[in-house]
Amino acid sequence: MAQIFRPRTNTIARATLAAAVLLIGASVGITYAVYWSPWTTRDMIPIKQPVPFSHKHHVFGLGLDCRYCHTSVEKSAFAGLPPTETCMTCHSQVWKQAPMLAPLRDSLASDVRLSWNRVNRTPDFVFFDHSVHVNHGIGCVTCHGNLDQMPLTWKSHTLYMKWCLNCHRTPEKYIRPRDEVFNLEWTTTNQMALGRKLVAEYHVHTEQLTDCSMCHR
Amino acid sequence: MKGTLQSGEGFWRSLDELARTKPFEESLHHEFAPGASEGKGFNRRDFLKLMGASLALAGLPACTRQPIGRIIPYVNQPENLVPGKPMYFATAMTLMGFAMGLVVESHDGHPTKIEGNPGHPASLGATNIFHQAGLLDLYDPDRSEEVLKQGQPDTWDNFVADMFAILETQKSRRGAGLRILTETVTSPALYHQLQALLKQFPDAKWHQYDPANRDNVREGSKLAFGEIVEPHYRFDKAKVIVSLDSDFLYLHPHSVRYARDFANLRRARTPESGMNRLYVIESSPTVTGANGDHHFPLRAAEIENAAFALAKQLGASFPNAVASENADWLAAIAEDLLQHPGEGIVIVGRNQPATVHALAHWMNNQLRNTGKTVTCTESAEANPINQTDSLRELAEALDGNEVDALVILGGNPVFAAPADFQFANKLKRAKFTAHLSSDVNETSSLCLWHIPQNHFLESWGDARAFDGTISIIQPLILPLYDGKSAHELLDAMAAPPGRSDYDIVHDFWKSQNPGPDFEERWRKALHDGFIEKTSLPEKKVKLRSLDHFRSAAVSRSEPDQPQHSRTAISLRTDNTASPTHEWEITFRPDPTLFDGRFANNGWLQELPKPITKLTWDNAAFIAPGMADREKLENGNVVEIEFQGRRLSLPVWITPGQPDGSIGLQFGYGRTRVGAVGTGTGFNTYALRTSGALWSGAGATLKKTGGRHDLVSTQMQHAIDSPERQIVREGTFEDFRNDPSFVQKDSESPSQPDTLFKPGEFAYNGYRWGMAIDLSACIGCSACTIACQAENNIPVVGKPQVAVGRIMHWIRVDAYFRGAPANPQITNQPVPCMHCENAPCEVVCPVGATLHDKEGLNLQVYNRCIGTRYCSNNCPYKVRRFNFFQYADYNTPSLKPMWNPNVTLRWRGVMEKCTYCLQRISAARINAENQDRTIREGEIQTACQQVCPANAIVFGDISDANSRVSKLRSHPLNFLMLGQLNTRPRTTYLARLRNPNPKIRV
Repeated sequence: MAQIFRPRTNTIARATLAAAVLLIGASVGITYAVYWSPWTTRDMIPIKQPVPFSHKHHVFGLGLDCRYCHTSVEKSAFAGLPPTETCMTCHSQVWKQAPMLAPLRDSLASDVRLSWNRVNRTPDFVFFDHSVHVNHGIGCVTCHGNLDQMPLTWKSHTLYMKWCLNCHRTPEKYIRPRDEVFNLEWTTTNQMALGRKLVAEYHVHTEQLTDCSMCHR
Repeated sequence: MKGTLQSGEGFWRSLDELARTKPFEESLHHEFAPGASEGKGFNRRDFLKLMGASLALAGLPACTRQPIGRIIPYVNQPENLVPGKPMYFATAMTLMGFAMGLVVESHDGHPTKIEGNPGHPASLGATNIFHQAGLLDLYDPDRSEEVLKQGQPDTWDNFVADMFAILETQKSRRGAGLRILTETVTSPALYHQLQALLKQFPDAKWHQYDPANRDNVREGSKLAFGEIVEPHYRFDKAKVIVSLDSDFLYLHPHSVRYARDFANLRRARTPESGMNRLYVIESSPTVTGANGDHHFPLRAAEIENAAFALAKQLGASFPNAVASENADWLAAIAEDLLQHPGEGIVIVGRNQPATVHALAHWMNNQLRNTGKTVTCTESAEANPINQTDSLRELAEALDGNEVDALVILGGNPVFAAPADFQFANKLKRAKFTAHLSSDVNETSSLCLWHIPQNHFLESWGDARAFDGTISIIQPLILPLYDGKSAHELLDAMAAPPGRSDYDIVHDFWKSQNPGPDFEERWRKALHDGFIEKTSLPEKKVKLRSLDHFRSAAVSRSEPDQPQHSRTAISLRTDNTASPTHEWEITFRPDPTLFDGRFANNGWLQELPKPITKLTWDNAAFIAPGMADREKLENGNVVEIEFQGRRLSLPVWITPGQPDGSIGLQFGYGRTRVGAVGTGTGFNTYALRTSGALWSGAGATLKKTGGRHDLVSTQMQHAIDSPERQIVREGTFEDFRNDPSFVQKDSESPSQPDTLFKPGEFAYNGYRWGMAIDLSACIGCSACTIACQAENNIPVVGKPQVAVGRIMHWIRVDAYFRGAPANPQITNQPVPCMHCENAPCEVVCPVGATLHDKEGLNLQVYNRCIGTRYCSNNCPYKVRRFNFFQYADYNTPSLKPMWNPNVTLRWRGVMEKCTYCLQRISAARINAENQDRTIREGEIQTACQQVCPANAIVFGDISDANSRVSKLRSHPLNFLMLGQLNTRPRTTYLARLRNPNPKIRV
C-alpha cells in the first residue's frame, strides 16, 4: 500500500499551521483595527445635519462665544443646544432667504422642533456633567477639539472610558485657568506646573476622580 | 404546627420559624428561595449549552456601531428652564377626596418623581405609598385613551351633543331625571359647578359615594353634637392615645401628618424626654396596631363593648348597666387616661359604628382633651352626607326608573357598591349613562359613554386638605390622551362646549377673591401649592348628653342587622371560638390597592403588605388558634357564606387577628382592569352589604379543599441567625434605668479587626451614613415605593416574586415576639448597609462591586457579569439580581417616567441600594461648582424624604455635628449583625416601647 502522506505533506502541514497563526493574528488585528477605526468610534467623521451648521464660520469667523448657544454648559449636565429662536435672532436679519436655512425658518413658522444628529454620545450608564468640568478649568477644546476649524462638526475623540481616564488620572495635564475654558486657542508652555497649581486651587479631588461612582450610577 | 404555638421568647418572623420546621431552617442557609436560581423547564445541563451558544454569539453584538442619537431643542425655550436640570412644581393629589400637597420633579417636561410639599400641612414633605405610586398611574399603558360609546371609539364632540340633547329634554322636567354621582368632593370649584348645575336643574340630584367612606365619623359627630363636624387630633401633644380600630397612622386621610406628629413624641433621645403611649384595640392587624405599646385584638363588635366599658371607667353612667364585666387592662387604660387629662386622645376608626365615635367624643370631653388634643371643625368636605344612604337612594331611584341620565364622575360603583344594592343591574335602567374614569373599568363597560379622565398631573383643579387647607392641583404635563377632567365635563353639561379646566378653576378663585392683586396671589398659591391660612377654624361644639346618643344607638339597630348583647360582654384577648362556628367578618380597604382604584398599579400590587407581606393577592385573615382548630393552612381555599352570599378565597394565618373573626380586605378581584390587575385576588365586595359595611356577625366558613398560592415575602431574604443582633428593642423603663442598655450584650468587636495598618486607608472626605430609628418607623413601606420610583426599580410579577426575585432595594422586615395570637411586631427597614468591610466586595471576580472614597459600596452595572457571588456573601440579603430583562425599555408610555439620572439595569446584572448616588452626585457637583462643601441636610435619600415619621436620617458621618453622627453616637445605636465586623454605614436605633407596667402582656 502506498504511503498516504508523502514527504511534501510536511510542508503543507507547516504552511497550514503558519497560515492558521497568521489568520488568527490577522483577524485579531482586523478586529482591533475596525474597533478603533473611525467607522466604529465615529470620531473625526463629520455628521450630517438638517442645517449644515458650521462652527468654523460662527466661532472662528464671527467670534461667537460658546455660551451664546450652549447656554447651560456652566449650570447643567447638558450643555444645551440653541432653540430655533436663538438662531433666528441673527438669521431673521442675515441670510434671511438662504435655502440652506429653510428648515430653520420652517421650524419657527410651524413650531416644529429641529432634530439635530448627536455628535458626542456616551452610553446610558455613563453620566457626564458639563458644568463641573467647565467650572474646574477643563476647556471645551480638550474634549471637543478645535471646533473653530470644523465646517461640519465631528467628534474629536472616541469618548471611550480609557480616554476619559487619561484626564481623570492626571488632570494636571489638561486643566487650564477658568478664564480660558472657552478660549479654543489658549496654550501654555508650562502645563505641568500650572496644572498642579490649578488642581490645588480649584479643589479638584484627584483621589476621587477614578471612583466608579464619579460617572456610573 | 399544632402544639408548637406557645409563646416564643425571642423574635420570630413566621409561624414556621416559631415552630422551627425543617424546611424553614434549611431555607435560611440559601441565598435564594428554591427555584429562584433555576429557569423553569430546563435543567442545568441545558442551561450550560445555552450559555455556550450565548458566549459564542456574544461577540457579534459588539460589532454593531453605536447608533446616532438625536438632540431636539425647543423652538422657544421656556423661561427659567435649564436643559438637563429638573424643575419642581407644587401640585396636589386627592385620596378619599382630601388633598395632599406635593412637589413634583419634572425632567424635560415629564414628571419623574413625586415628593411631599414641605410647606403643606398635610404633608410636611412626606407622602404615603399611594401618592408615590400616583406617578405610575400617569404613565400606565392601560389607561383609557379615547372616548367610547358602547365600547366603540367615538368623540368628545359627539358626547357633548348627545348629552346636550338629553339635558334639553330634562329642562322641562327641572332635571327630575338627572343624577350625578361623584366620589367625596372637597373641591370648592367643583362644588360651585355642581351647585350651579343644580340651580339649572333644581330637581336633579347629586350623590356621593366612596367605598371606604367615613359615614360613621359623620354620624358619630351628629350623634354627639347634633351636627356634622370633623374631629382633628393633635398627636404632637398627646401622651396617651387609645385607638379603637383606627388606623390613623396609615389609612386616615390625614395619616401622613399624624404619623409625623406621633413619631415626634415617640423617639426618646434622653431618659428625660419621655415618650407617648399607644393602646390599640382593633379587629384586624394594621400598621397602627403594630405600633401599639399594647395591642388588643378584639372582634369588631366587642370593640363597641370595650368603648362602653371604657367610658364607664371614665365616669359615664348608663341607665342600663352596659358593662357588667371588666377586663383589668381596660381599667388600667382608663387610669392612664385619667392621669393625663388634656393630654390624651381617644380615636375611633371609620369601621366602628357611630355610637363608638360618639362615645369617643364624650370620653375626650370628659378627659378635657377637647380643645387641646382634639378639636372640631366644619368638615373639609363640600357636602358631608351619609354616602351609603346617598348611593342607596340612587340605587332605588334607578330601580324605580326615575333616572333618565346618570353622569358618574370617577369611582367604580359597579365594582365597589354594597352587594345588596345590585348596582350593576340597576345601572342599565338609566337611558343615558356616562362615566368619567381614568381606565375602562367595570362601571365604564356598563355605561353608554366612557370619557377618559385626566390624571391629576395633567389637569387643573383644587381640593381641600383634611385640615381644610385649599390646595391647587397644577398640571405638570399636557394630557397624554384625549381626556377631560371632572371640571371640564361638568362645565360642558352646564354650558356646552365648556371651558378648559384652567379657566374654570382660575375664574372660580378670581370670583372668590376679587381685587387687583388677584393674579399675584394666584401665582403665589400656584408656587406654594396651597392658599395660606385656609385651614378650617376650630368650631365650638356642644356635647349632647350621654343618654341622648345612647338611646340613639339602640334605636339605630335594624332588624336585619345582627345585634350583639351589650349586657354581657367578655373582653378577653385569648377568646376561644364561639360554639356555633359562626364567625364575624370584617372589611377593610386593601393596604396597598386601597378600594381597588390602584389595581392596575404594579408598584402597589407588588409592594408587600404591612404585617403579612403578601403581594399580588388578598386573603381571608384568620387567627392562628382558629387555623389550628379548623385545620387550615396558609393558602387553603375556604368558602365564606355571609347573609346568603358566598365567596371562595384563600386564608392567611395572621398573628394578631382576633379569634373568631375573619379579616377581609376589599379592592382585589377586579374583572375589568388593565393587564397588571387582571386575575389578582378575590372580590370581597361580593360579601359587603350596606347593613354590614365594615363588619358583620354570622358568617360561616367551609374548607373547600382547594389551594391558592399566596406569595408572601416575609420569609424571603430572611437573615440567618435570627436570635442574634438583627433587631433590638426594649422598654422606655429599660432606657431610663440604663440609657445604654442596648450596648450591654453587644457582640460588635470593640477594636475592629482589620488588615490595614492604622491610617493606611482613611476616609478623608465625606463619609456617607444612614441611621434608622426603629422607634419612629411605623412600617408603612412608603420608603420602598419612593425608592422604586426614584431608582427605576422594575416590577417582576407574582410568579417571579414567588421564587424570591422581588427587586426592592429597601424592604421592611417584620419581626414578631410573643404568643402568635397577639405578638408584638417590630418593623425594620433594610437598605444596603454599605459595610466598610463589605463581604460582597471580596468575592466579586470582576471588581463590579467596590468602595469609593466616600465609603459607598458601589455596584457598577457595566462591569457586572452576574456571578451572584456578592449576593451569596451578603449577610443582610439586600442584593437583587436581574434574572430576566425586568426593566421595561420598550413600552412607549413608560419611557418618560424613568429617572434619567439612574441607569436602567439590564438582564444579568446585580443591583442594590446606592444611597441614592444620583442625588449625592447632584449635590456634590452643585457644591463643587460653588466651590464649597456639601451642607448638612442638602442630600436627602428618596426613602428619607418620603418617610412620614422622619425615621431615616442620612448624612456625613465625618461631620461630628451632623444629625446622622449624633444618632450614631446615641446610646441606642446598634449595628445589625455587628459581630460579623462588617462595619455597616447603616445603623439602627433600638426600638423603644412604652408599655403600661400595670398591664401584664
